[in-house]
Amino acid sequence: MRIPLLDLDTWQEILDTVRKNKLRTLLTGFSVAWGILMLIVLLGSGQGLTRGVEYGFRDDATNSIWVRSGQTSLPFKGYRPGRQVQFTNEDYDLIRAGVPGVDHITSRFFIRGNLAVVYQGVTSSFDVRSVHPDHLFLEKTIMVEGRFLNPTDLAEYRKVAVIGNRVKDQLFKAKPAMGEYIEIKGVPFRVVGIFTDDGGEGEQEKIYLPITTAQRTFSGANRVAMIMMTVGDASVEQSKAISQELKHRIAQKHEFDPGDARAVFISNQVEQFQRYVELMSGIRLFVWVIGVGTLLAGVVGVSNIMMIAVKERTKEIGIRKALGATPWSVMSLVLQEAVLVTAVAGYFGLVAGVLLLQLMAQSLEKSEFFRNPEVDFGVAVTATLILIVAGGVAGFLPARRAAAIRPVEALRDE
Amino acid sequence: MWGERVFSLIPVSSSPPSPPLGSNRPMLSLRNIQKRYTVGANKVHVLKGIDLDIAAGELVSIMGASGSGKSTLLNVLGILDNYDTGEYLLDGQLIQNLSESKAAVLRSKLLGFVFQSFNLVAFKTAAENVALPLYYQGVGRKERNRMAEEYLERVGLLDRAAHLPRELSGGQQQRVAIARALISKPKVILADEPTGALDSQTSLELMEVLRQINASGVTMIIVTHEHEIAAMTQRTIRLRDGLIERDLAA
Repeated sequence: MRIPLLDLDTWQEILDTVRKNKLRTLLTGFSVAWGILMLIVLLGSGQGLTRGVEYGFRDDATNSIWVRSGQTSLPFKGYRPGRQVQFTNEDYDLIRAGVPGVDHITSRFFIRGNLAVVYQGVTSSFDVRSVHPDHLFLEKTIMVEGRFLNPTDLAEYRKVAVIGNRVKDQLFKAKPAMGEYIEIKGVPFRVVGIFTDDGGEGEQEKIYLPITTAQRTFSGANRVAMIMMTVGDASVEQSKAISQELKHRIAQKHEFDPGDARAVFISNQVEQFQRYVELMSGIRLFVWVIGVGTLLAGVVGVSNIMMIAVKERTKEIGIRKALGATPWSVMSLVLQEAVLVTAVAGYFGLVAGVLLLQLMAQSLEKSEFFRNPEVDFGVAVTATLILIVAGGVAGFLPARRAAAIRPVEALRDE
Repeated sequence: MWGERVFSLIPVSSSPPSPPLGSNRPMLSLRNIQKRYTVGANKVHVLKGIDLDIAAGELVSIMGASGSGKSTLLNVLGILDNYDTGEYLLDGQLIQNLSESKAAVLRSKLLGFVFQSFNLVAFKTAAENVALPLYYQGVGRKERNRMAEEYLERVGLLDRAAHLPRELSGGQQQRVAIARALISKPKVILADEPTGALDSQTSLELMEVLRQINASGVTMIIVTHEHEIAAMTQRTIRLRDGLIERDLAA
């Protein structure tokens, strides 16, 4: 018995048919190519959106929890609402020592007033953050020269600064910055490190100071503006529990109602990120559904045209049967034609889709929400498999109809 | 194989008209073949009990008015259609309730068809048309092409091998169809009004071709309504209302 798929003659036979029906084949192929093109473009766009979101999260650790203080909005134990909650170093110590699951922790203190930064007569204004050494992990700061702040800096109230590479460029131009002194509000700080940050130009225009030094130098007492921590590889549930515990501890210490939504603001990045991940997988699913739907429309088109083709070829198929064609050989003829047309046309659609995505990637490079749309190998393989299956599905009904053609009826002369 | 056995179970005495040409086994043997068609609400009794033996090597014509059942009979003989009751043996094999695939194999092995409207595959060249039955027998491409040329030469059309059917005259197309029917070396050729679409001169030439083929030993059954054509055969079977009215040897 001949195995049709491996039989050169069968392919020759199909190619013959295809060649003799160019327009029909072309139209059929186009709908499939279009379908797969849409699928690829949609999938690539979905990928672009995902990358955009990931890019949005690139700046900070995605496993972090940020705590900011607010004003109470509920009365509690005789206190009236509207009280300002002020974090201090004590809160930092409390969380570091008392809340389990916290990995790296830092607080931030902001210096009030004009922040003119001066180096040898060059003045510029930068955002200055006074932080703990762990801040490095929270902001995903990347050191390019020197070091980040260390515990000794804090313990000895050293007047040292770590500056972003854009700060360095603006103040020092081409001159070396390491070991030089910059003046912040008139106070000299020695540059001990230069960093960069994936978070964009803004994040590279920061200056980090030891929090203890800043508090003492700029009359901050023990005040802290916010506290940030990472929670290791905690799950969403665990991170929520940690948030809960944080709120509970802070409420206890500052004496406000733990149910007060405005006394502290806790933003849980784990949860946020998870939400985005879910949103993205939702978008991906949506894209697949739309894409496969489009492809399905193409498949229905192929099926339809093949159906008409089989009808047109009724006589020919009848002749073939009279000459000894088995139902199976007729069926495989139609089926293979469908698969061949779908596969070849689909491949063109695939290539066109990939090219289109590349074009999109080039023209949209700077966008924040949409980055590097492309399809990976897995998607291409999946699309190919879908194509072959689609071809089979498209060919099945027409093939069955072809196989069922009775030579007597096909050959009737009237 | 079991066809042979079934055949051997049939007592020879039960086949009334003993086959001519001294052959002890007819090539085609029909016993009380009946066939009904359902047309709308009506059942049409097309074949009402056909008993017929055709020996190997015979040249037979089947005649009859339109509606006499001659085309249906040809379809039954060609395993293109089923029959309701009776028994049909082709080359000793019982042809009854065959699956499509088995019917296809038997057609491919035993039968060749020639049609009134030629029924060449329009987008295939003469040579490709002739080679088609061999394709379904699994013969390799080279061998197919070689044989197609050989058979085209036999019908005098080797120079037209690369022509499409529409580039050939009616008589040439029918000769291509005959070459196609012959290439699988069938035991029986069934021709349905083979000259129906041809002028009388071409018809005569074509009949000459068919007679030569018959002379080489192939059983030939020709359905026709033309007396001149029937007159060129050895035996004429006349159908009327689904029954054999006359069975005359020339």
